[in-house]
Amino acid sequence: MRFAVVRFGGSNCDRDTWHVLQEVLGVDTDLVWYKEGLPRGYDAVVLPGGFSYGDYLRAGAIAARTPVMQDIQRHVQEGKLVLGICNGAQMSAEAGFVEGTFAVNAYPKFLCRPVHLRVETVSSPFTSRFREGEVIRLPIAHKEGRFITPPETMAALNREHRVAFRFCDEKGKVSEATNHNGSLESVTGVLGQFRNVLALMPHPERASEEVLGSVDGRRIFESMIRHVEIEG
Amino acid sequence: MAGVLKDIPGGGPAGFMEPHGHTIPYMLSSEDLAHLRRELGRDLTPLETACFENLWSEHCSYRSTRKLLATLPTTGPNVIVGPGDDAAVVRFSEDLAVVVGMESHNHPSYVDPYHGSATGVGGIVRDVVSMGARPIALMDPLYFGTLTDEKNRYLFEHVVAGIGDYGNCIGVPVVRGEVVVDPSYRGNPLVNVVCVGIVHPDRYLLARAREPGNPLLLVGSSTGRDGMGGASFASRDLSEDSEAEDRPSVQIGDPYTEKLIIDAVLEMAETGTVLSCKDLGAAGLAGASSEMCSTFGAEIHADRVRQREAGMTPPEIMLSESQERMLIETRARDVPALSRIAEKYDLTWSEIGKVIPEPRYRVLFHGKVACDLPIRLLTHGAPLCQWETKPRHLARPYARPAADLAALAALVLSHPEVAGTEWVTEQYDHDVQLRSVSLARDAAVLRLDGAALVLSCGCNPRQIAIRPYEGTANSLYENAANLAVVGAEPLCIVNCLNFASPVHPEICWELEECIRGLGDMARRMGVPVVGGNVSLYNESDEFGTQIRPTPSIGLVGKGDVRTWQPAPEGALLALVGETRAEFGGSVLDAVTGCGGDAPALADIAVLARIRELVNSGSCLAATDLSQGGLLAALAALSPDAMVEVEGDPVAGLFSETCGRFLVAVRDESRLKGLPFRILGEAGGDGLRITAGKERLVLTAEELRRYEGTVTALMRG
Repeated sequence: MRFAVVRFGGSNCDRDTWHVLQEVLGVDTDLVWYKEGLPRGYDAVVLPGGFSYGDYLRAGAIAARTPVMQDIQRHVQEGKLVLGICNGAQMSAEAGFVEGTFAVNAYPKFLCRPVHLRVETVSSPFTSRFREGEVIRLPIAHKEGRFITPPETMAALNREHRVAFRFCDEKGKVSEATNHNGSLESVTGVLGQFRNVLALMPHPERASEEVLGSVDGRRIFESMIRHVEIEG
Repeated sequence: MAGVLKDIPGGGPAGFMEPHGHTIPYMLSSEDLAHLRRELGRDLTPLETACFENLWSEHCSYRSTRKLLATLPTTGPNVIVGPGDDAAVVRFSEDLAVVVGMESHNHPSYVDPYHGSATGVGGIVRDVVSMGARPIALMDPLYFGTLTDEKNRYLFEHVVAGIGDYGNCIGVPVVRGEVVVDPSYRGNPLVNVVCVGIVHPDRYLLARAREPGNPLLLVGSSTGRDGMGGASFASRDLSEDSEAEDRPSVQIGDPYTEKLIIDAVLEMAETGTVLSCKDLGAAGLAGASSEMCSTFGAEIHADRVRQREAGMTPPEIMLSESQERMLIETRARDVPALSRIAEKYDLTWSEIGKVIPEPRYRVLFHGKVACDLPIRLLTHGAPLCQWETKPRHLARPYARPAADLAALAALVLSHPEVAGTEWVTEQYDHDVQLRSVSLARDAAVLRLDGAALVLSCGCNPRQIAIRPYEGTANSLYENAANLAVVGAEPLCIVNCLNFASPVHPEICWELEECIRGLGDMARRMGVPVVGGNVSLYNESDEFGTQIRPTPSIGLVGKGDVRTWQPAPEGALLALVGETRAEFGGSVLDAVTGCGGDAPALADIAVLARIRELVNSGSCLAATDLSQGGLLAALAALSPDAMVEVEGDPVAGLFSETCGRFLVAVRDESRLKGLPFRILGEAGGDGLRITAGKERLVLTAEELRRYEGTVTALMRG
């Protein structure tokens, strides 16, 4: 099993994500510089958080048009996993791996805080280690994280159970009071058409070690590892 | 050798032309100019004048303060590099040293709050990176006019956004800060920044050229006309028209390029072929190249600098403070390898000159000499200034406020220095790099190499204004107290000395007293002062204000990994330390004008005892008493509690006597030997206080509302 974390100019959670995969979870993980393309086959590719190209133009827009994304597109078409975290989620949306767009937060400031999320589906390679409806705690840290999409797309996402996580309170209640960035239907994690891409605004790598206050995020990576183990 | 270049466009004895058509007046005094003409035996070229104007400014040369700064303790067994380089290097563990710097970006942040504060972050981060260190944390103490005023809110909002957008983008977490509000800052908001980095203790870089003949590489952004004369700009009053007129002196930051520079320079440093390195900050390339090469000499070809605008003159090229640039000395054979790293990160680079054996600072422009000076005259020759001093005593007699306790409590708890700063801290990515274990209340606790790096910053300007010596010493103490309540010991101190103009004898006296207070307390604690900067002339003609003396402190410490906790239900709450009626400069004084004297020197012995108490596990929760006194500490440590306060309730709840702690214990025998009094018990519903015949009840809802004052003010 081998994972890749793709570093773009301006990525800043690349080392953090690598640390959790390689040093906490023991997965062989390569840090790949985006100019090198994907040098070999990987079971999963993680697009890490940060500010690729300084978020200039739109968050993730320029990175989504770099040559490495064609390699990652092929990897997606082969049914392999892609996890886009924060800026990586923005790239995944810009690259068309998932539906929707991450727009500037309703209160248009950067927002860094721990939040509660409700697990909306466990039938995905990223969420099998959760219980459906379980409330977990992960931190968010973004200025462009407000998920929007046209109503018919939203309806399809709901119908196909492709919403992975919504903001909620500590009891699992979803309401505008806990919709931290004003996302459509409080959505903050969404699966691609074939469920092998997850675009996730919260940071699971920041909730993967006891000392940092929560280990809920680790189960996203563990779900991926289990999926790869089973699928071979 | 070619003749001295005389025909520089726009050059002339009265100043050089700005691209925007107005003239920057020379800041060089007639005495300095006469002194230089005597030394050199000739007139100065426009570039030479510009070099002196910037390098001899207070910002670069510390001419008013150097003698005073020399009195500070700067050495210690852990100090590897003390003051004088871009940042200090202090041993943290066997395999790790922390690299620490602190800087102000005050004047630019008034003129252009967003870019001014952003580039302040950029500058200090590059100072740390230029030592070969990875930046891992930032702290931002901020000082603003009162937030009920719309303009102050505008400045505050954009300063916070500037810090956030820059720090977030480069992936360095802002883990601490403080917000002080006082009318004296309305024309001169202060933006101070501390950056902490890490490096192997044997692998840091210095900004000292090592071998004559070596090429000098300029890496990073191209050079434009932004930030012209920033160093001299930083060393004068801000006048009424400064916002419009000085805007060209404010640099525009590009955090994306900064992130690339961080990654590129660290990758270059890893090759072992970077011999010396310096960030281009105040006084631009002239400052960086002359200071770095003052060990030998330098020859710079100004025309080889990559320019982003056409027709730039040598003074413009050499003094531009365009951001995100680094100067690197390497051997000629290593240039290709280093340039490949620059290109990997899409950074432009050029070889702009070399280290020379003669002690000269020479700048050529298309082959003609534009500057040829004895290098040490430029970098170390600024004559010191001696200002007159005159003590002043600002304490007013104390008059007990007329309002009842509940009204006073509401005023004090909703003062921005006591209320929560969530509106600020949520705009900073404080978790990136996965080290932030605990950022609540007193100090930031970051895991590092099996231990904790513990950070605190700030000072108490209102108390310092009344008693500069004690106030500064107590401010250092308070930072150490923040460390002590999570069991950590100080490693080193950095500071920013923000003052009004030292030409006023009273200000000069404040400056002297503050430095004396800082030095004495640092010596008593055995903690070295390893770096900092000085920002003078913080006064405003526009408002007729001078800032309060603001010797802002950054304290770096070490301890065990520990999370700050509030008091658990049922714990005994004890007040450690004697309370005196010391209201001068307190939050109560700020909100009621009650006056009084400022606190006397705190007792240093208590600090070590609190540390032991926390580390022995005898104490369930602890916080120190600072702004807002006991009431603020109770609201933070135990918002649900039943307590009784002895004596005068106003003093008991609101006095800010220094050196006191609120601790939660299961068993009071643990406090044996300490001066303490049990106040009551944690738990119940709301904060219930009995003080003599008076009773004060603060419900959870009220406490939440006071806590949210800053958010409510800023979100409207």
